[in-house]
Amino acid sequence: MWSASGWLALAGGTLVLGLLLLARDASSAAPTRRDRGLSAFGTIATVVTGPRCLNCHQAERPLQGDDRHAHIPRVERGPDNLGAVGMRCTACHSLHANNETSGVPGAPAWSLAPLSMLWQGLTPAALCRALKDPARNGKRDGAALITHMASDKLVGWGWNPGQGRTPVGVPRAELVKAMKTWVAAGMPCPDEVVMNLPSDAHGRAGEGMPW
Amino acid sequence: MVTLTINGTEHVLDVDPRMPLLWALRDRLDLVGTKFGCGRAQCGACTVHIDGEAARSCSIRVGDAAGKNITTIEGVTGKVAQAVQKAWQDLDVVQCGYCQSGQIMSAIVLLAAKPTPTDADIDSALAGNVCRCGTYVRIRKAIHQAAKELA
Amino acid sequence: MRPMSSVRPTRREVLKGGTVAAGALILGAYVTLPRRAFAQAAAAPINYDPNVFLRIGDDDSVTILSKHLEMGQGVTTGLATLVAEELDAKWSTIRLEHALNNPAKYANLAFGMQGTGGSTSMANSWEQMRRVGAAARVMLTQAAALRWGVPPAEIEVEDGVVLHRPSNRKSGFGLHAAAAMALPVPTTVTLKDPKAWKYIGKRVPRVDSVAKTTGKAVFAMDFRRPGMLTAVVRRPELFGATVAHVDTAAALKVPGVVEVVQVPSGVAVLAKDTWSAMRGRDALRIRWDTTHAETRSVEEMLEDYRKALKAPGLVALRRGDAGKGLARATKTVQGEFTFPFLAHAPMEPMNAVMERTPDGVEMWGGSQLQTFDTGAAAQVLGLKPEQVTIHTLFSGGSFGRRANGASDWTAELANIVKAMKARAPVHLVWTREDDIRGGYYRPLALHQVRAGLDDTGNIIGWHHQVAAKSIMIGTPMEPFAVKDGVDNTTVEGIVDTDYALPDLTVEAFNQKTAIPVLWFRSVGNNHTAFVMETMMDELARAAGKDSVAFRQALLAKDARAVAVTKLAAESAGWGAPVPPGKGRGFAYHHSFGTRVAMVADVSLVGTEIHVERVVAAVDCGVAVNPDLVVSQVEGSVGFALSTVLRNRITLNGGRVVQGNFNDYEPTRIYEMPRVEVHIVPSTEPPSGIGEPPVPPLAPAIANAVHSLTGQRLRSLPLAPVNSSV
Repeated sequence: MWSASGWLALAGGTLVLGLLLLARDASSAAPTRRDRGLSAFGTIATVVTGPRCLNCHQAERPLQGDDRHAHIPRVERGPDNLGAVGMRCTACHSLHANNETSGVPGAPAWSLAPLSMLWQGLTPAALCRALKDPARNGKRDGAALITHMASDKLVGWGWNPGQGRTPVGVPRAELVKAMKTWVAAGMPCPDEVVMNLPSDAHGRAGEGMPW
Repeated sequence: MVTLTINGTEHVLDVDPRMPLLWALRDRLDLVGTKFGCGRAQCGACTVHIDGEAARSCSIRVGDAAGKNITTIEGVTGKVAQAVQKAWQDLDVVQCGYCQSGQIMSAIVLLAAKPTPTDADIDSALAGNVCRCGTYVRIRKAIHQAAKELA
Repeated sequence: MRPMSSVRPTRREVLKGGTVAAGALILGAYVTLPRRAFAQAAAAPINYDPNVFLRIGDDDSVTILSKHLEMGQGVTTGLATLVAEELDAKWSTIRLEHALNNPAKYANLAFGMQGTGGSTSMANSWEQMRRVGAAARVMLTQAAALRWGVPPAEIEVEDGVVLHRPSNRKSGFGLHAAAAMALPVPTTVTLKDPKAWKYIGKRVPRVDSVAKTTGKAVFAMDFRRPGMLTAVVRRPELFGATVAHVDTAAALKVPGVVEVVQVPSGVAVLAKDTWSAMRGRDALRIRWDTTHAETRSVEEMLEDYRKALKAPGLVALRRGDAGKGLARATKTVQGEFTFPFLAHAPMEPMNAVMERTPDGVEMWGGSQLQTFDTGAAAQVLGLKPEQVTIHTLFSGGSFGRRANGASDWTAELANIVKAMKARAPVHLVWTREDDIRGGYYRPLALHQVRAGLDDTGNIIGWHHQVAAKSIMIGTPMEPFAVKDGVDNTTVEGIVDTDYALPDLTVEAFNQKTAIPVLWFRSVGNNHTAFVMETMMDELARAAGKDSVAFRQALLAKDARAVAVTKLAAESAGWGAPVPPGKGRGFAYHHSFGTRVAMVADVSLVGTEIHVERVVAAVDCGVAVNPDLVVSQVEGSVGFALSTVLRNRITLNGGRVVQGNFNDYEPTRIYEMPRVEVHIVPSTEPPSGIGEPPVPPLAPAIANAVHSLTGQRLRSLPLAPVNSSV
């Protein structure tokens, strides 16, 4: 069966196509600001649902690797998002940089994302709403979201994840551009798109579909 | 030059700051109680305390450990450590013993934070400490016994 | 010479003038290894001289010199117990050291050479070590009698105290030790009646617990010599490949790297510290000659194994007429079973220190087959065995890996020392990746079995084929373990089954691969028992009989086997209804002289098998230290559980896929079931416990899964389970 990243590519591509088709259906005229915003959101969604981001936007246990398997050794969120007693994130992960000797990735503020930023299992529409909701995105408005994607060091790790991990495919500058387009368009969200995607046959603890 | 504070003593080392703390301890300072089992933070044999928290020394750069309080198995003191080591001895937890420095260091951190840990707490705290000899049954028992002794 | 007499209550043991060769020789000499070492051991009388096995200090400490390797199994405590019992030493004065390599003095009486394995340590030491203790006690008594000018019969020895009650004089052992050890070793001793045992059969604390809980225990990884260099070796990714070309320039530039040398197993980087050596190794550029390399995947190898089974194999056993029985069977159970390569993965990777001495070399390591290791080092370095001194240290686990007749890590180290002209002591270190990828695995194995029942549920034919690479062929062990081409370790557990199978044919198919293989805790039994015990379960069901009762009927001639199955079943509540959502399975296996029965309780979480409880019953003869016996059963469960659930070594174009504990994950604490151990009381001599609890675990679990889901799993590791029945 397809790998998780295969499904991701399919889903991402389908989402963008679906959004474009929707946009086209709405008006056969030149793309509107909303269209551009929706298209930009497609790019944003591709990035945040990729393994470098989604692996830590999980409920209880982070995922690891491009194949998104459950983190080995077993770790858990803990009361402060920083792990259980004796198994803190910082027991192994550096708050400075990736460790080339041990292969353990590291970056400032390394932790599981807050539960409000749980993105696993969300539809594109729900993901969009979660991203722009200040109650769930760390109290950020559009400008703060752009700054976050442009300069946050933990976000930046996604482009320099260390050996054995694929960097985020979309260049950071392109993501920032897409953020600006999306925010300028009023952060439009796609309608719920009904897609009959086959279920993930792996049944892995990576919880099947990336969204 | 890197200055490391280990078991209360300062050591100035002429060492590449990227060297894992594990090898600085073992190869430069002859503190061989902390063990090498995997080198990739998968087994916990290298566990030390950094500012009281469990840390895998194979995955901590010497440069990043400077200025912190590092404790190894050779230097653990206090009633929690004593209770843990005594319980370990009373119940003959060890078999080959190679993982046990790391197990004990993790157990001390657990009991210091959770004086009456549940089995689930123990599982969570020691999930990163591998024992190939399979002493887990006794590790759990020893932690409960140490907790009782400390109460 | 005054006649020796003992003050002990009588037991009619008489010292026999036995030699090592008179014992059962399991391992023996190989022609190109120093024959002298083996000849020495084989011809030597069994050593009962206390001077060889213990030292009593002025401080009254009693140091036991262990001829066996302490790898966690508790053997040093066990040997100390035997000596201390007959010596009447005070337990708190016991210290331990490993003995040096000397096959004449320190032979494993079952092997004919110095070594630890096959769960033979307590069995081969049972008489010997007690006699050593008893002899020392006699000598102490005599020395005290001489010193105090009293008849020896008036001297008492108890709990580390030497006492002359009539004159009210007493002392510790130390006062008399020097004089005692100089006296002639008594030719007869009497051993205690078991009713008088203070240590044997009781729980005495492990002699190594304190050192191992305070960071003080010294393993080979911890051993240091002045000027020592650390070496790591780049070995080929493909087994059977060799170095075609090496570019050392970048490696030599890494700070701390001192030298790069080529050895038969690859290229060694020597540095001032371990991390620098590893970084130096990463900078090597090597081109490999892969002409003779293994390039198949595991699936391709298994396909070749299947093909091999189509032709007749080597007959390991032909009893009765399996073919005829199968032909008239009313029900047949058949299946194919596969078992992956497994890495031993002890917590302490292979490593050892070697240093040149004025007339030879010294090695410090967790040496498990000292005589072979001596021979290997001698051979590589052009020395006589007497010129090689091995200091055996605590070993951080082994599970068979450190016991290599080919002495791979010792020879590798000797080759490094040779290549750099022994100009400094060398510490050879294997990383975890080296360990997982380094071969010497439990062999890949494929079984095909057909068994038939008549209409009253009797097994009337059993045809069993096993394909695997032989562990012994082509190694120094071959002469003693291979007969008519059949390697006993491939078929043990089948050919020697306790079950009454009058019509049994067993065929072995020796497969070839460049991948080196080795014995993995319980050797052939770790796969043969799975086949036997899951087949037994299926046959019981086909016969409409209870799994345990079905087996007991076939074990009827072996009272000890029946007793151990009964004890396990009753202790586990076999026969009572199992709570919903749980499965319960049974298995029995006899290996290395010990019978073990297990009941496993499992549940499913999604497709994951959770083992909740294991109840074990063990008959290992006299349990010298019952708590240690329990610990070995617990430990076997913890060790083997991950091999049941997930471990396997796979190959991609001949390259090992796995590399560390993330993808070859051992059992973790949160997976560990409750383990209950019941020991059958016995007066028989002790048999082994280090390995026997491993074989029954996997089939007990598989049988439990079957009882819960109806799925019959025939391969290890157990595949994800369909939770729908």
